[in-house]
Amino acid sequence: MAAPVRTTPTPARSGFSVGVRFLLLSLVCLSLMILDHRDQHVERVRGTLSVVVDPLRLLVDLPFRGWADVRENFASRETLVAENERLKRDQLNAGLRLQRLAALETENARLRELLDSRARVGSRALVAEILAVDLDPYRQRFNLNRGLVDGVYVGQALIDAQGVVGQTVRVGPFTTEALLITDADHAVPVAVNRNGVRTIAVGTGDSGRLRLPYLTNNADVEVGDLLVSSGLGGVFPAGYPVGRITEVTRRPAQSFAEVIAEPASALDRDREVLLLWNATDAPSGSEAASLTAPK
Amino acid sequence: MARRQHPWFVAGLSLVLTLVLALVPLPRAISAFRPDWVAVVLLYWSVTAPRRFSLLTAFWMGIALDLLSGSLLGQHALALLVIVYIAERLHLLIRVFPLSQLGLTVLALLGLYEFILFWIDGVAGVTVPLTERWAPPLTGALVWLALLAFFDSGRREAHARF
Repeated sequence: MAAPVRTTPTPARSGFSVGVRFLLLSLVCLSLMILDHRDQHVERVRGTLSVVVDPLRLLVDLPFRGWADVRENFASRETLVAENERLKRDQLNAGLRLQRLAALETENARLRELLDSRARVGSRALVAEILAVDLDPYRQRFNLNRGLVDGVYVGQALIDAQGVVGQTVRVGPFTTEALLITDADHAVPVAVNRNGVRTIAVGTGDSGRLRLPYLTNNADVEVGDLLVSSGLGGVFPAGYPVGRITEVTRRPAQSFAEVIAEPASALDRDREVLLLWNATDAPSGSEAASLTAPK
Repeated sequence: MARRQHPWFVAGLSLVLTLVLALVPLPRAISAFRPDWVAVVLLYWSVTAPRRFSLLTAFWMGIALDLLSGSLLGQHALALLVIVYIAERLHLLIRVFPLSQLGLTVLALLGLYEFILFWIDGVAGVTVPLTERWAPPLTGALVWLALLAFFDSGRREAHARF
């Protein structure tokens, strides 16, 4: 029998040969990459396309969320009682501190008024959940379940209960991509809380380490010093804990010390983070307003 | 009538499943060993059922990966295009290879994939550590051979005779 038993591979549908199609598609890829690298125009395309892949992210996240729910539902009475106790204790402590904070805040506002400087305005925050999605092990990135519809913008600060977590880098309609402070491409302007020495904390790509490469050998830093965000750079509001110094190596032959810090927030254990709306742009005094107003 | 080897929905489903596998979070200890699932599965199809997926499929899968991983738009797409193109061009040759050579060929292709990604990262100025880059092609080649053993054991001999 001459009739083919096996279905023959279907020929290419378009008129081009495989080689030509390969070349054309490669060119498309190259131009996309160049556009994406150079310009912001592709961001819109990316935003629209990301709606298509969003369901996939949610699908992958679903079992993890479901498992968390199941565990919550079947938690034993003792663990719940213990957790309740602990939360009550924490609440009491936090309440105590808050009472003092209210007084301190008014005092701070009064003093700042005396000094004629801009008052710090409390900022707005929104809870976002981290999607259990993980693709590139070489980058410290994650996805959040908030997007443009919630008013998220690029370059927004993320914190958790312990400190600064990272910032948003790409915002889709329903999900947001964020960069951790420990990503190798990320840097946070920080100040040593003890004495106000300002420097920059750079990520290392390892979620437990930050590097402080710009401190000279005679800089006044010690192991255990708390680093807080300095507010320079405008992304992170001032005063949130960033990390704690774990290692200071001073080599006389080099002019800069090797300083390593550990992030304050639980970067790889978080499920929820807070998105902060930077409120430092909202000036309170008329003088500040005139300073920022375009001439 | 010959039974169709793989109905379309099986193939399509395998692609969606591949993206899911690429996304599922793994424990930190083994996450560096995660094979490049999309590359592995596309290579599997392009060798066992050439032209089932056109280069266009590779392109769109790559774009999906770019969107999901937040890399440059077109980065994964280009890497996938290159290896799928090579595999398609060589599939007649590759199909008759003994298993060990098949494994090595796939390893080389996955290595090329990883290299292209790394190279584009370098050109674009993204800081990415070089260590641990060796693991995904190795595990990928192993997974590829496993796929072949599971799904293709009967048909390979037939192909070889074909």
